[in-house]
Amino acid sequence: MDIKAYIESGILELFVAGALSEKESKEVHTLVQQYPELEQEVLEIEQAIIALSEATSINKDETAFTTIKDRLAFKNNQTKVISVAKSKYNWVTYTGWAASIILALGLFWTLNQNKQLESNIQNVTIEKSYLELQIEAANSNLNDAKTLISVLRDDNITQVPLAGQGNFTETYAKVYWDKDQQRIFLDAAGLPEPPEGKVYQVWSLTLNPLIPVSLGTLDSFITDDNKIFEIQNQNQSEAFGITLEPEGGSATPTMEQLYTLGVVTTNS
Amino acid sequence: MDLDLLVKQFQQKDEKAFESLYNMYSTSMHGVINTIVRDSEMANEVLQDVFVKVWHHADSYSAEKGRFFTWILNIARNAAIDKTRSKNFKNSRKNLKAEFFVDILETQESLNDKTDAIGIGKFVKKLAKTCIEVIELLYFKGYTQSEASEALDMPIGTIKTRNRNCIKELRSMVLK
Repeated sequence: MDIKAYIESGILELFVAGALSEKESKEVHTLVQQYPELEQEVLEIEQAIIALSEATSINKDETAFTTIKDRLAFKNNQTKVISVAKSKYNWVTYTGWAASIILALGLFWTLNQNKQLESNIQNVTIEKSYLELQIEAANSNLNDAKTLISVLRDDNITQVPLAGQGNFTETYAKVYWDKDQQRIFLDAAGLPEPPEGKVYQVWSLTLNPLIPVSLGTLDSFITDDNKIFEIQNQNQSEAFGITLEPEGGSATPTMEQLYTLGVVTTNS
Repeated sequence: MDLDLLVKQFQQKDEKAFESLYNMYSTSMHGVINTIVRDSEMANEVLQDVFVKVWHHADSYSAEKGRFFTWILNIARNAAIDKTRSKNFKNSRKNLKAEFFVDILETQESLNDKTDAIGIGKFVKKLAKTCIEVIELLYFKGYTQSEASEALDMPIGTIKTRNRNCIKELRSMVLK
């Protein structure tokens, strides 16, 4: 149906006035129930009429309602002004809503808290494994240091200082030779870092005739913290030398790159 | 609050709901009655009678028959008209002229303390005379559309559309 045309016909105004027959009123009522626009229209018409008729009220007895209540013999004679706008929601509704909001907030908070804790645990686990690594490293360092101390204290250890040679007089190294265990400890802290693509190579030498035997390269020179290297040595060494060689080492020492050299003094 | 619910509570003899409805409609009804009896004192008496009646006949209201406002308006108009037919009234108001509700608005400005009403009065006086007549008959006197048509010598269709336009104008004046 055409709501607009229906409104424009003026039937709603007559409906509010009570000027329609009972049958017509019933029809309008049914339609008003169906279409919110019609209801809105009716409300506004009613409001206009109420405003108009209120304007024609002069000297209204404001105590009239008390008299009416007396006449109707209401039990409670106190006139209480009830706000028309009083909410139809009672405290149960409000408490219910408040409770559910609090509950929702609580759940959200707990969830967040849980997430936070999980993340904390993860952090702690990572930290723990990191600390374990550090302990392991420290232990390993301690063992190294203990070995060194025992080596240094050992009477049977031969100390061979290696002095800087040629262009490398600023450099130095020291060999601690444990003949019983057929090993040397090389303290190479006095050597500079080798340039890119080069390594230090350690040599055991016999002097007469002069025969160099490679003891290996110091591949971990840069990464080693204390620059002390344990190297197997089964030779009857008379001297030790260190040269700079291309990566992988050389079969014979490059004498131009001889950094340090030291002769074993047999004082025993 | 939902009017339907309020009316339902009132019909179940809820005194508070009754009071709320009284607060909503009593001034309007007093105005309607006053327009008919032209005596605010008498209008107060009739108003009391009307609401006593409203309480006693709560059961007889049904939304199907129309708006609650319309129902109460009918009771008020009928009570006021009954009053004008009483012997007493006729004796005291022999010279009552055929006046319209606007005449009340004209005289009330110094009497009524409702500032709203004063404002409305100023606007309403600007309504066309035909509007005032139609509104008077349909809302204040309770004429049916055919009765109004006869009284104003206008076809029913014209009454309907004219009234529509008049109320439209009224709405633009009083509802903002």
